[in-house]
Amino acid sequence: MSIFDQKPQSTIEFVMGNQAIARGALEAGVQFATGYPGTPSSEIIENLAEAAQRLKIHAEWSTNEKVAAEGAAAAAFAGLRSLVAMKNAGLSVALDFLTHLSYTGLGDRGGAMLAVVCDDPNAHSSGDETDSRWLAQFASTPLVEASSIQEARDITKWAFDLSEEFKCFVLLRGYTRLCHASSTIRMDELPPFDRKAKSDSSISINPYLGMPHHAAVLEKLEKIRDRFESSAFNFYEGPENPELLIVCGGSGRPCAQEALETLDIQHRVGILKVGTLWPLPRRFVRKHLLQTRSLLFAEEVDPFLEHQVKEMLADDPIAGLLIYGKGSGHIPAYGEITPDRVLTALSGLLKMEYEPRGATYRKMLSDLSPELILSRGLTWCPGCPHRASFWAIGRAIKADGRDGYITGDIGCYTLDVFPEGKGQMNLLHAMGSGTGLAAGFGQLKPFGYTQPVVNICGDSTFFHAAIPALVNAVYNQSDMVLVLLDNAATAMTGFQSHPGTGFNAVGKPAQRIDAEKLCTSMGCKVAVSDPFDIRGTVKTIRGILQEEGVRVLILRRNCEIVRMKRQRTRPFAIRIEEQKCKGEECAICSSEFRCPALYQDDKSGKTRIKKDICCGCGVCAEICPFKAIVREEMGS
Amino acid sequence: MSLQVDPLNIIICGVGGQGNILLSRMVGRILIQKGYLVDIGETFGAAQRGGSVFSSLRVSRRKNHGPLIPEGKGQVILSLEPLEALRMISVFGNPEVLTVYNTQPVYPVGVLSRRFSYPDLDQLGAAIRNLSRACWAVNATQLAMELDSPIVANIIMLGALTACGAIPVTMDEVKVEMGNTFPASKMGLNLRALDSGYHAIR
Repeated sequence: MSIFDQKPQSTIEFVMGNQAIARGALEAGVQFATGYPGTPSSEIIENLAEAAQRLKIHAEWSTNEKVAAEGAAAAAFAGLRSLVAMKNAGLSVALDFLTHLSYTGLGDRGGAMLAVVCDDPNAHSSGDETDSRWLAQFASTPLVEASSIQEARDITKWAFDLSEEFKCFVLLRGYTRLCHASSTIRMDELPPFDRKAKSDSSISINPYLGMPHHAAVLEKLEKIRDRFESSAFNFYEGPENPELLIVCGGSGRPCAQEALETLDIQHRVGILKVGTLWPLPRRFVRKHLLQTRSLLFAEEVDPFLEHQVKEMLADDPIAGLLIYGKGSGHIPAYGEITPDRVLTALSGLLKMEYEPRGATYRKMLSDLSPELILSRGLTWCPGCPHRASFWAIGRAIKADGRDGYITGDIGCYTLDVFPEGKGQMNLLHAMGSGTGLAAGFGQLKPFGYTQPVVNICGDSTFFHAAIPALVNAVYNQSDMVLVLLDNAATAMTGFQSHPGTGFNAVGKPAQRIDAEKLCTSMGCKVAVSDPFDIRGTVKTIRGILQEEGVRVLILRRNCEIVRMKRQRTRPFAIRIEEQKCKGEECAICSSEFRCPALYQDDKSGKTRIKKDICCGCGVCAEICPFKAIVREEMGS
Repeated sequence: MSLQVDPLNIIICGVGGQGNILLSRMVGRILIQKGYLVDIGETFGAAQRGGSVFSSLRVSRRKNHGPLIPEGKGQVILSLEPLEALRMISVFGNPEVLTVYNTQPVYPVGVLSRRFSYPDLDQLGAAIRNLSRACWAVNATQLAMELDSPIVANIIMLGALTACGAIPVTMDEVKVEMGNTFPASKMGLNLRALDSGYHAIR
């Protein structure tokens, strides 16, 4: 049974937040869904792509978030209901288009469009924890947020109606503790998905003549604010005149509920939950503010709601109202909201003692030796081509002797900068930025810059944002090497397909964009190597470093997880020849190459293989200087 | 059946790749079948690459809960690895916590590369015992090897969890859920794994 089956009304299912969003979109009749993978958003499109295999809808992994948003908007212009999904970082990529889209609106064909943007407070799986809510205001478009998984399904469905009525796209903000949590939800039947795409070539929809457009958008936003005043997604829970009012959106509500229940003060403190965050329904909020003397804002990451309310109070003050939150320091200014953060703030404000587990137990915990709770660093999987690629690049740059400078990019290879990586990337920023930065460094020779410049970029990232930077490098005569790690997957986010894989989101064959031909046609010098041929790859890189202009080296080998899923084979049987192994004296394989399947055995003093995780890739035989690791082909 | 503590907070933890997520979903579905309200919190993404992973299950008769368990409010910790058991105790433990753990370590890559030492297993075991009201130690990895299948260690731990009585589920209920999760061809092995974990405790 799948969550995409037609179901009788009010069926209960156990689903993940992202599935609830996908289900809500389907119940609203979404017919066109686009996105680019990014944690914690990826499962929305994954689930809609699964639905597309049996329902008459389109779902795709787009090249990047901007083209994803453009594709979704086209469907809305043609009168369909569309969805685009991305993580917070992706919204920055799509924003140029989206800011224009809010000026023009979605046209008169009755279409609707929902942009789902999933933030990652605490940056569990991200380079930053930027709060997307500000960008709804920046892009002049309404913003809604769910506080529970049931509400994620409900508000998604409702947001399509809102979009259609006001002819503007709606921003739905997700966050890690919603997207990646699971719960039971009630769901309704699916509609027929039978809307026809229409075109109207008699009019021009464009954002030029900007000022009148802006005025009209502001007028529309006031109407939306008015609609939000009576939205069922905004409500109050608590006593009539609470001593303290917790004001929250999304994740703040379950955290506040937890804290009140833990301290047993539900009769003293109320929760004002706002699901339609912007434009803020001021009358609704103000009505509840008048019932209390102090406010505590519980939100993540930034004080967005807090600022909206403070702005409202600046226009129309409430005498004596005390305001606590991120501004006052009662809630930390960064990171995710948690029950503990609300508990700390509340126990401080209400002068209540809160000790979750007793002083004796706490003392026992603090007496534990810190070495007992060892941290567990992230690393590449056994058989990962990136480990070999970084090994070869490092060797080649060292042998080159000119202190080559490496700009990195976003993907599994980013693990290089983690404590258990190789620490070779000198710079790491946004998707595709490594190529643009390398292109820039490669133009600094006239200013005395002498280091060779190497950019390490993955295949999905290459298609996403590196190509314009590479064009720029060629056009403006930069001097750089792009090492393209082609593992045939968007591996970090869950092995999604991309334009270089030959498959699309629904698993059908697709035209494979050949990076080698593409780069050659741009005028780059292109070489291809298998990273598991370590000697050959080192030699190739050394040769490339000596050349000039824009050079591309494609290091091509499939992600081991993807290979294993398809082939289910172990290429080699690996064994250690103990008389050749120098063990601890050498330990290059375990201490420097750091494949997690290799370790030094205390008893024998030799290298051993962890059979349960060794995938038999055999690359370790290439790096052992004493030829003590032997690989024998499996199969026949 | 009402719960002595509501919500019942269960932490299921281990190292990426040990089958932690499957296990938490199975436990969640069994409890839902019994009429409990269950919410699960997880963090995916980078944590899968050899890092620590954990799921939090909130089980209630009264209402749905948010996915985050407050500090010190875990009632049951099921860990597929000893170091991870202590890590979770340090965050969610309290004098009443019940801990069921696999005694076989999975070395962090920092230990394999000799930059750190894995904690002494006796010290680790003693700390887990001292900080739990009761704890059950099972070498599930060893038992799984005896079944020629290292991947069933999580099901062995599910058997152990069922046997120790820390959560309100029976072997029959677990078996029904396994029938829904695994193809018929894998049922024999998984049932043997479940029994093996159950008998390691009972």
